[in-house]
Amino acid sequence: MKIHKYDTVIVGAGGAGMRAAIESTKRSRTAVLTKLYPTRSHTGAAQGGMAAALANVEEDNWEWHTFDTIKGGDYLVDQDAAEILAKEAIDSVLDLEKMGLPFNRTPDGTIDQRRFGGHSRNHGEAPVRRSCYAADRTGHMILQTLYQNCIKEGVEFFNEFYVLDQLITEVDGVKRSAGVVAYELATGEIHVFQAKAVIYASGGCGKFFKVTSNAHTLTGDGQAAVYRRGLPLEDMEFFQFHPTGIWRMGILLTEGARGEGGILRNKDGERFMEKYAPVMKDLASRDVVSRSIYTEIREGRGCGPEGDHVFLDLTHLPPEQLDAKLPDITEFARTYLGIEPYTDPIPIQPTAHYAMGGIPTNVQGEVLADNDTVVPGLYAAGEVACVSVHGANRLGTNSLLDINVFGRRAGIAAAEYATKAEYVELPDDPASLVVEQVERLRDSTGTERVTEIRKALQETMDANVMVFRTEQTIKTAVEAIGALRERYLNVSVQDKGKRFNTDLLEAIELGNLLDLAEVMAVSALARKESRGGHYREDYPSRDDVNFMRHTMAYREVGADGVESIRLDYKPVVQTRYEPMERKY
Amino acid sequence: MSSATLEKNSSALADAESSAAHLVTVTFRIRRFNPEISDQAIWEDFQFQIDPKERVLDALHKIKWDLDGTLTFRRSCAHGICGSDAMRINGRNRLACKTLIKDINPHKPITVEPIKGLTVLKDLVVDMEPFFQAYRDVMPFLITTGNEPTRERQQSAEDRKRFDDTTKCILCAACTSSCPVFWNDGQYFGPAAIVGAHRFIFDSRDEGGEQRLEILNDRDGVWRCRTTFNCTEACPRGIEITKAIQEVKRALITRRF
Ligand SMILES: Cc1cc2nc3c(=O)[nH]c(=O)nc-3n(C[C@H](O)[C@H](O)[C@H](O)COP(=O)(O)OP(=O)(O)OC[C@H]3O[C@@H](n4cnc5c(N)ncnc54)[C@H](O)[C@@H]3O)c2cc1C
Ligand code: SF4
Ligand code: FES
Repeated sequence: MKIHKYDTVIVGAGGAGMRAAIESTKRSRTAVLTKLYPTRSHTGAAQGGMAAALANVEEDNWEWHTFDTIKGGDYLVDQDAAEILAKEAIDSVLDLEKMGLPFNRTPDGTIDQRRFGGHSRNHGEAPVRRSCYAADRTGHMILQTLYQNCIKEGVEFFNEFYVLDQLITEVDGVKRSAGVVAYELATGEIHVFQAKAVIYASGGCGKFFKVTSNAHTLTGDGQAAVYRRGLPLEDMEFFQFHPTGIWRMGILLTEGARGEGGILRNKDGERFMEKYAPVMKDLASRDVVSRSIYTEIREGRGCGPEGDHVFLDLTHLPPEQLDAKLPDITEFARTYLGIEPYTDPIPIQPTAHYAMGGIPTNVQGEVLADNDTVVPGLYAAGEVACVSVHGANRLGTNSLLDINVFGRRAGIAAAEYATKAEYVELPDDPASLVVEQVERLRDSTGTERVTEIRKALQETMDANVMVFRTEQTIKTAVEAIGALRERYLNVSVQDKGKRFNTDLLEAIELGNLLDLAEVMAVSALARKESRGGHYREDYPSRDDVNFMRHTMAYREVGADGVESIRLDYKPVVQTRYEPMERKY
Repeated sequence: MSSATLEKNSSALADAESSAAHLVTVTFRIRRFNPEISDQAIWEDFQFQIDPKERVLDALHKIKWDLDGTLTFRRSCAHGICGSDAMRINGRNRLACKTLIKDINPHKPITVEPIKGLTVLKDLVVDMEPFFQAYRDVMPFLITTGNEPTRERQQSAEDRKRFDDTTKCILCAACTSSCPVFWNDGQYFGPAAIVGAHRFIFDSRDEGGEQRLEILNDRDGVWRCRTTFNCTEACPRGIEITKAIQEVKRALITRRF
């Protein structure tokens, strides 16, 4: 075991982690621990764009953006945070441009902007062009630009280090962050990083679904690490299903495709979104479009031999426009489906995309131990966190924005804290939990296999807690997950070695997914209403009287060692916007 | 706007929508190396059934998940954007996640090896450090002088287009590790680093072109390129790498870019 000491440790090198690192490296001695090489992070998969009311191509302002964000989130958004997001959006796009990001340009040489779902002029009047973009590889360009600036700033990376535990020491009854424990993939060695400030920026957890736009590595390690140490997770029942994933594969086809004029059609060729969202049509918010697609499918108007998908039709758009604005996603259709999007519509279905919930933080990125107490020295930003700017449903282009705005805020806040604070003493035997976990899995002779449990988990999640949920389906999921967790205790790996033991790490990642899936299902069961991404067929309307509040899920371990989940609730911060019915 | 598009336009669409999986039996011949067990690399065959519409990455997962958990490779996104899984498939550098089984003749054994020129650490995993070091060495970040503008820097759509191609790079190393010059001399910056430099040299906002050109003028720089086009053929992002290298060479001579 090796012990390292840094002022600030950042877990993750996606957009949020690197944006934080650029700030914190300037102010404090910083280490970035990342399980992937920075440029492999899933921020690079983001396509469509990043929202900011620059008003480069038409009238726009941050107040409209704030409103759209709150409405898009079905009023579960903390309104103070949304306002910060929309206001700081403008500088955060300009900062990226100054760092070198090659945005697409307007004819006068300013940053070009395009339409995106749920973003509107004057509180819902008509779609507005607010998304700043670089073809359909905006996330790639953000990730590259941030990495390039990390090189420029001399950011210190520990690549292929998996953070597996959060260290917490209680000082005078207050839980404080003491550091993290990481596993080095190349050697199997365990490292303890003592740090005054720790920032989680470890991304999402979409791999508990089968059809998903998320990478294999998005397994919620950060959420699981803090949750296991008794800290809460907020709003985990809210997961976004993006309307247009490639049928069965889940690979994302950006909403920018509809922003450029693409149309969803059922098997009769009907533009069905006109029925469900007369004003915004194909650009209504994602939860609305995903439900509409499944309604079409359920009512027998799906396409293909099994009627289990619909079409994204780009055939009426000029090939030059597709080449200039959507080169990557048209290429995906060619590579993975063997079809030509100039002339053929693309088979699509909703795909599990984005975790609205996560580690609760305030607007400085400080992690909460309960509804209002912060954990000194602990921060989170990006998809791993819940500020909450996305509420019950995130608007497209607001996440690339979130990682930049709150990544930067967390980087500054953590570094400033670290330069003033003292180290918190490490707990005795700090690596014990990870050592025990690794040894148990490596030495186990159990008969259960990771692959089977993971497959069963993904299948039950797709079947029971996706776009449509009922008490019964969620209960089925909770039971199935419980049984899988039992089986997981008996899991073993084949690779017993130390070097690059990805077999072992996949087993650990599965453990994280199981924990988080359970939190998600239990939180969903208790929310007896429909709001944003959480749709209960047995409670089809929103219930502001009982559920206008955030879910806070805690892991409890009884005296008998039995684990359970305790749910609590936290009020939503409301400033100037009264909840209204959401129509598009 | 009509709905005429839904007359089934092509048999390709019908194919894509048909869910009848017709499995084929494939043999994967994989170069295995685990220094914890032996210092010799060996070939190992795996035979199994798979839908030819699946990716080589799916096949590797099938092996790892169902047959042999010790098989080790990197991967993340599974759709060609993270750059983790460049490997030699049937002797050509490709991304495993962007190569469908049906596109590489499933009726003969499919060979999979690590990319060449970088030290193999285990199975298909190579040491990427020298590769990233070369990238860092070309100063791949915007260099400007003078005061920052308050708004964005302006750039015409035409100037933006000038370096569009080289912004697509995902640092997968398929190019560099297919280059015979790099195989013979690991000191050579390699095509990917030159692509990274090109992206800034030809960016109208950048003022560090001269510095970068000096770096590439080095004995391990662009002049080592023998224009074999291996890199261009290998690039999964379709970047015209050889052209980019030629443009950098020309800029070195004319000092115009
Ligand atoms: C296909 C796709 C398209 C999208 N398009 C858009 C879009 O157009 N606009 C938009 O706003 N949003 C979009 N999103 C959402 C957005 O891209 C993501 O939410 C956002 O990029 C997440 O960034 P992040 O920095 O939080 O996490 P990530 O980029 O996922 O980075 C996570 C980092 O954490 C590290 N990590 C994870 N676990 C560990 C561990 N245990 N130890 C150490 N390190 C760890 C990883 O190595 C990685 O570096 C899209 C998402 C997807 C999947
Ligand atoms: S230029 Fe192409 S082949 Fe080379 S590293 Fe970049 S993406 Fe890979
Ligand atoms: S797994 Fe990301 S490029 Fe292949």
